[in-house]
Amino acid sequence: MEIYVALKIIWAVLLGVLLTGLAVMVGMDMGVGTLLRFVGKNDAERRTALNIIGPHWDGNQVWFILGGGAIFAAFPTLYATSFSVFYVVMILLLFSMIMRPVAFEYRSKVDAKSWRATWDWAFLISGALPMIIYGAAFGNVLEGVGFHYGWTGQYYQDESFLSYLLNPFAVMCGVMSLSLSIYQGGTFLMLRGVEPIYSRARLFASCGGLLAAVIFAVGGLWVSHLNGYVFTGAVNPGMAATPLGGPAVAVHAGAWLNNYNNHPILWVAPVLGFVGMLVGTLALRLHLKVLGWWLGAVAWAGTISTVGIAMFPFLMPSSTNPSQSLTVWNSTGSAYNLGWMLFFAVVFVPVILSYTSWAFYVMRGKVKTETIVNDPHSY
Amino acid sequence: MPLIDPTVVDLSRLQFALTALYHFLFVPLTLGMTMLLAAMETTYVITSKQVYKDMTQFWGKLFGINFAIGVATGLTMEFEFGTNWSMFSHFVGDVFGTPLAIEGLMAFFMESTFIGLMFFGWDRLSKPAHLAITYLVALASNLSALWILIANGFMQDPEGASFNPDTMRMQFNSFVQLVFSPDAQAKFVHTSIAGFVTGAMFVMGVSAYFLLTNRHKEFAARSIRMAAVFGLISTLAVVTLGDALGRLDDLLQPTKIAAIEGLWHTTTSPSAPWLLAALPNDKTQSNSLEIGIPYVLTPLITHTLDKPIPGLIDLESAAGPKILNGIKAINALQQYSTTHDAASLAMFKQYEDDMGYGFLAQQNAPNQDLNAITPAEMPAVVQQTELDTVPNVFVTFWAFRIMMFLGFYFIALFAFMAYFSLKNQLENNRFLLKLCTISIPAPILACEFGWITAEAGRQPWSVYGWLPTFQAASSHSVGYMVFSLIGFTLLYSLFIAAELYLMFKYARLGPQSHDHAAPVAGTGALPMFAKPGFAAKSWE
Repeated sequence: MEIYVALKIIWAVLLGVLLTGLAVMVGMDMGVGTLLRFVGKNDAERRTALNIIGPHWDGNQVWFILGGGAIFAAFPTLYATSFSVFYVVMILLLFSMIMRPVAFEYRSKVDAKSWRATWDWAFLISGALPMIIYGAAFGNVLEGVGFHYGWTGQYYQDESFLSYLLNPFAVMCGVMSLSLSIYQGGTFLMLRGVEPIYSRARLFASCGGLLAAVIFAVGGLWVSHLNGYVFTGAVNPGMAATPLGGPAVAVHAGAWLNNYNNHPILWVAPVLGFVGMLVGTLALRLHLKVLGWWLGAVAWAGTISTVGIAMFPFLMPSSTNPSQSLTVWNSTGSAYNLGWMLFFAVVFVPVILSYTSWAFYVMRGKVKTETIVNDPHSY
Repeated sequence: MPLIDPTVVDLSRLQFALTALYHFLFVPLTLGMTMLLAAMETTYVITSKQVYKDMTQFWGKLFGINFAIGVATGLTMEFEFGTNWSMFSHFVGDVFGTPLAIEGLMAFFMESTFIGLMFFGWDRLSKPAHLAITYLVALASNLSALWILIANGFMQDPEGASFNPDTMRMQFNSFVQLVFSPDAQAKFVHTSIAGFVTGAMFVMGVSAYFLLTNRHKEFAARSIRMAAVFGLISTLAVVTLGDALGRLDDLLQPTKIAAIEGLWHTTTSPSAPWLLAALPNDKTQSNSLEIGIPYVLTPLITHTLDKPIPGLIDLESAAGPKILNGIKAINALQQYSTTHDAASLAMFKQYEDDMGYGFLAQQNAPNQDLNAITPAEMPAVVQQTELDTVPNVFVTFWAFRIMMFLGFYFIALFAFMAYFSLKNQLENNRFLLKLCTISIPAPILACEFGWITAEAGRQPWSVYGWLPTFQAASSHSVGYMVFSLIGFTLLYSLFIAAELYLMFKYARLGPQSHDHAAPVAGTGALPMFAKPGFAAKSWE
């Protein structure tokens, strides 16, 4: 196999890893933010919940930033097109994301009811909205997006933002993503929290896990009737990365299941997703919190790889000009760039994972309300 | 292919400038404060004196208020290239995105993970371990600046990539050239040390306020001494590095240096004056009310006594042949994009280096179509485009001067403060102390004008010589842009109000020694932001 093709495939896999890391770590923060008003009935409880995630939200958020940077570098045309085509929701995503760091740092620094209540709402919005948008992006991409390119590679949008904002399938994917984040956030609150936060978080997390499993099943049935995209022209995986002049692409209902039908072993991905959600929920019922947390990560990995496998090699199909669809073959960076990026990823990802684990280890143990309200460094 | 609506381009530029300038209000203080915090904590670990721990924690709290909003607004920047500059992202993502991704992997992850431990780990880590964390945060925030400025350096002086007609974009081909681009390296040191100046002024100004109000005197005196010396050395370094950057611009971006100096005509004799002030007029291409110092300009810019410095009007004429070549290059490239024939490729290769000037000419071509220019129309198109090759002189000239005058003011202020601090005569100089307090925002202002000098002076290019700014934007509707601009303006205004309110509140409150504070209602040390009443209330 050509080196360039191998690099493209490696980066497609790394894209999946990145999206999974983002979903697990940022999703966990978002889940805590969404649940804040519900697991904490008074100010002291809410501060306790906030300080459970307090030492980690900033590090976790870098997954989101790295997501932006890595897609920019490894899939420049995908970055350029998807962020612009989804402009309205991307901007809403940014608005809600930028509220969060400020909310963490500022909420407890003023002792006034209205001030804190305002920031608590900011946590709810900035927790729930990004997760819904995150899931909805997957839904929209599965359905195909209206865009085409001019000869210089400039994109042109062919559909109104309403069509991807008010898309029932995408909204359903958004709710699933929110459910998984509530599962992950709730599980982390159980790990570090004491009563009454613990029991409330357990209830929400269990509901999140079950709801996600139901939507995952419904989504699977929906996708089996959804229009999928298939190459009909000759495909050259080592092609120069440009969406212009690519092979012909046809649209068939149910085509997203082709990869599964051709390679039945791949069904392991959705199975993993279900195992994560269902066994995870069971684990929480049995108070097996650490196992539950890791099964939440498995649920995300299963879900995201299910979508990735269904679409491979498509990344963002064009519904209005299918032959200009973005794929793993036509939207990556150059071989030289992918090589350098791979080098940095191989060196730094293990380093990042080790110090992140160490940070969680240092801050291990239950977070108690009495220490929070007396600790000058707490949120 | 039609151009993007100029209103959309202008609104996209406005939004980028607003969000970047706003983000950059907080970045320099972060860069400087992490270094100062590391220095303070080092002194604490060595001397074991409580006052240095109090210093680290107090300044750390103010740092935290600033850092949160810096992180929040930085999110916007990482995504805005994609949301608003899609052609730019497509055109240079292969080389420009890479330093941004590496920044995330190498620096930002480290900074953000350890900042949690820095704030929350005081009781969980040993003294040396906590100190190590603080150093890692300082290192990471400056590494972060390095990679961001490597990316910016590519926009100023595109090195390490070449255009590939098969993918219609610049492709990365030399990691070494990208990373060791002289512009990026000089700008990195200039910018991060400007951050140190900002941090030093902040610490000095707040401490001066304590001296003026007769509070925390020992704490303030120690903070001032550290900050004044650190600030003086840093400002001297910033000015030196600024000079090095100017020298590079003379070699790499002659239009920027001419705009900075308000230089319309090429200098012919070494007596050419360096302008202290002038009113450059971009319409008539001349200055009025010039006040200058003769014999300074040539040695300042060229580091020689006799080398001429090209003026803007001559630079415009010199662009004429490039524009002609650029039009040929773009026409050949468009042909090649459909036919993929060897002849048009060869034609393109012949004029490739000037292709950016072809992109620039598109706005002046009839129906915005370079293919449609008749030989009779060509001279007019070229002449019109020549005028488009230079930046706005008034803005560049004054942005640079404000930054530079402020720089020299900082040298004087830090020098005086260091002198009086070492002689223990600070409290007698109330005027100087007041000056320090009101000067807190001045270095931030200088940083903002530095950014304007660098980026406004780079116009009309988003990637110097290759991609004009008006070609780089996303093809949005005006409605989209109005929606996002209103949202950013509202949110950012609320944030800055909250930020300033908290900064003033906690700066006024002053440092509190947790280890010696009186216990409150039997619950341990006095919480810094939970008032005793509140702490008791939440217990019930």
